[in-house]
Amino acid sequence: MIAAQHLTKIFKDKKRGEIRAVDDVSFRAEPGRIYGLLGANGAGKTTTLRMLATLLQPSSGTAVVGGFDVVTHAEKVRARVGFLAASTALYGRLTAREMIEYFGRLNGMSDAAIRTRIQELATELDLHEFLDRRCDKFSTGMKQKTSIARTLVHDPEVMIFDEPTLGLDVMTARSIVRFVRQCRDRGKTVIYSTHIMSEVEKLCDTVGIIHGGRLLAEGTVADLRARYGEQDLEEVFVKVAGIEEANA
Amino acid sequence: MNWRNIVTVYLKELKDSLRDRRTLISMIVVPTLIMPGLFLGVGKIATGVVSKVKDATAQIMVLGGEDSPGVVEQLRQLEKVELVPEVQDWKQQVSDKKIRAVVELPPGFEAGLRDGSAGEVKFYHYEGELKSRVALGHLEDFFRELRERTVTRLLQERDLPQRLVNPFSTTRQNVAPPEKVGGNLLGGLVPYIIVILCLTGAMYPAMDLTAGEKERGTMETLLCSPVGRGEIVLGKFLMVLTGSLAAMVLALVSMGVSAFAAGMLLMGNAKPAAASAAATMPLPTIDPLGLVGVLAMVVPVAVFFSALVFTLALFAKSYKEAQSYVTPLMFVVIMPAIVGMLPGIDLNPRLALVPILNLSLVCKEMLSGVWNWHYIALIFGSSSLYAAIALLLAVKMFKREDVIFRS
Repeated sequence: MIAAQHLTKIFKDKKRGEIRAVDDVSFRAEPGRIYGLLGANGAGKTTTLRMLATLLQPSSGTAVVGGFDVVTHAEKVRARVGFLAASTALYGRLTAREMIEYFGRLNGMSDAAIRTRIQELATELDLHEFLDRRCDKFSTGMKQKTSIARTLVHDPEVMIFDEPTLGLDVMTARSIVRFVRQCRDRGKTVIYSTHIMSEVEKLCDTVGIIHGGRLLAEGTVADLRARYGEQDLEEVFVKVAGIEEANA
Repeated sequence: MNWRNIVTVYLKELKDSLRDRRTLISMIVVPTLIMPGLFLGVGKIATGVVSKVKDATAQIMVLGGEDSPGVVEQLRQLEKVELVPEVQDWKQQVSDKKIRAVVELPPGFEAGLRDGSAGEVKFYHYEGELKSRVALGHLEDFFRELRERTVTRLLQERDLPQRLVNPFSTTRQNVAPPEKVGGNLLGGLVPYIIVILCLTGAMYPAMDLTAGEKERGTMETLLCSPVGRGEIVLGKFLMVLTGSLAAMVLALVSMGVSAFAAGMLLMGNAKPAAASAAATMPLPTIDPLGLVGVLAMVVPVAVFFSALVFTLALFAKSYKEAQSYVTPLMFVVIMPAIVGMLPGIDLNPRLALVPILNLSLVCKEMLSGVWNWHYIALIFGSSSLYAAIALLLAVKMFKREDVIFRS
C-alpha cells in the first residue's frame, strides 16, 4: 500500500529561486490495483516517485509505503519497493546473472535464496539465453527484462514504475505493460507514471492528473470522463491542466 | 553500518573495475611499466646522448694565434677537435651553435711561455649548452696540461724540485653507508613518484564509480537498494583506495626490479670511462626497512587522496566533467611533492603538518635510514586526521541529494 500525505518537494535554484516541484500531493494506492500518475514532462511525476522510493527526501509531508514511513524508515521502505525507471540502468560490465545477484545481496538475501530466485525469474522472463552475457551488449528488450528481474529479485510488495516504456519500441513496451498487469494480478501495489494517454486507459485502475507539481484530479478513467464531459482522455487532461493554468 | 553490505558493494566494484580497461591501465599497467620505462628508456637515451656528444668533434676557433704557431698546431693535433678558420662574427656563430667554443691567445703567447709571462688566455663558450661545455672541457684540459708542462720545464731550468708545484695532494672518499647515499639520491624521487601514482591510481576508479555511474544511470539503480548511503560510499571508497594502493605497491616493486636490471644493463654496455665511474661510485641502494616505512606512511595519504578525488568526481555529471575537476588536482598535489625533492629542505615541526610535503620529507629520511620517531608519529597522525576529514566530507557529499542527483 502507498499513502502519500501532503508530499512537497522544493528545489533551490540559483537563477530561478525556489521551485515547488511537488506541491502538497496526497493520494492512496491499494494492493492489487494500478495507480497511474499522468502528467506532462516536468509536471513532478519523477520527483514524486523518487520520494516514494526514498531516493529524495520530502521537503515537507510524508508517505507510508509498504507499512513504513519514507522519512523515518527509508531503508525498510526500499526493501519493500521495486523501482523501475527509464533512468535506472544496468551495469554494463556485469552479466545479467551478476547484476541480479548483486541486487539480491544488497537486499540481504542468502546465496542459496538468490540462486533459486534467479532460476525462477529466468524462466518467467525468458532470460536463460543471455543470463551469462554482459549487459552492455544487450538489445533494449534484453536490458528491460534484466532490469525487471533486478527489481523483482527481493519480491517487493510495492512496484514503482517511472515512465518505463520511454524510448522503447512497440514490442518491448507491450511486454512491459503485460508485466505491470502481472504485478497487479499478484496483489502488488503498483504505481505507474506516464505521459501516454493510451497506457493509462489500458492499465490504470485509478488515475491522478499531475500538473505543475499539484495533483489536480483523481478517479477512474470513467469517472474523469464523466466529470469533465469528454470521451477522449487527452481532452480531459488538457481541460484539467488548462483550468489550473487559467486560474494561475 | 553493516559490514556485509560494504563488502558486497566493494567486491562488486572490484569485479567491475577489473573489467574496465581504463581503470586497469591506470591501476596496473602504467605503474608497472613506468618504472622500467624511466630507468631503462630515459637512462639509456641519456647515456647514449652524452657519450655521443663526448665522441663528437668540436668546432673550435683560435683568435690571436698568428704568433703562436706551435700551440695552434698542438691544438690542431688534439683528438675530437676541429680548428675552424677565423671569422669576424664568431660571437654570433657560437650563439648559433656553429662554433662550439673560441679561445683567444694574448699577443706573444708562445714567446711568453718561455719565461712564464704569457698573459691571459680567454675562453668563449655557450653557457649551459652541452656540446659547448664539452668543447670548453677539451680546451681547459689542454691548457692545464700546457701550464703543467711549462711549470715543469721552468723548474727544471732553475734546478728546482718537482714537488714545488704540488706541495700536497688531496683525495676524497665516501664514508656514508651506501643506503644513506641512495636515500639522498633516490629519497627525493621515490616519494614524488609514489605521490603521483597514488593519485593516478585513485583517479580512474573514483571517476568511474561516481560521475561514470551517474552518466550511465546506474547510480539511481544502486540507490534503490535498501543499503544505506554511508555503506555505499564506504564500499566504493575502498575500491578507490585499492586502486591507489595497488598503483603504488606495483610501482615500488617494479622500481626495485628495474633499478636492479638497469644497473646490470647500463654497467655492461657503458663505455670504459662510464664503467670506471660507476665502479668508484657504488650503485645507490635503498634501506629495505625504509621502504616498508614508506609504505606504512603512504596509507593515510592514499586514503586522503582517494576520498578527495572521490568527493570531487562525485560533483560531476559526467566522466568528462569529472576529468576537468580532477586534473587540476594533479598540479596542486605535485607542487608540495616537488618542494620536498629540493635539496636542503629538512623536516621541522611546521613542515611536518603540511600534507604531502611532510610525506615527501619523511620518506627521504626513512630511505636513508634515519628514524625520527617524533616526526614520524606527528606526520602519521596529521595525515590520518586529514584523511579522516576528507573521508567524512565524501560521505557527507554522497548523502546530499543535490550532489547525487545533479543534472
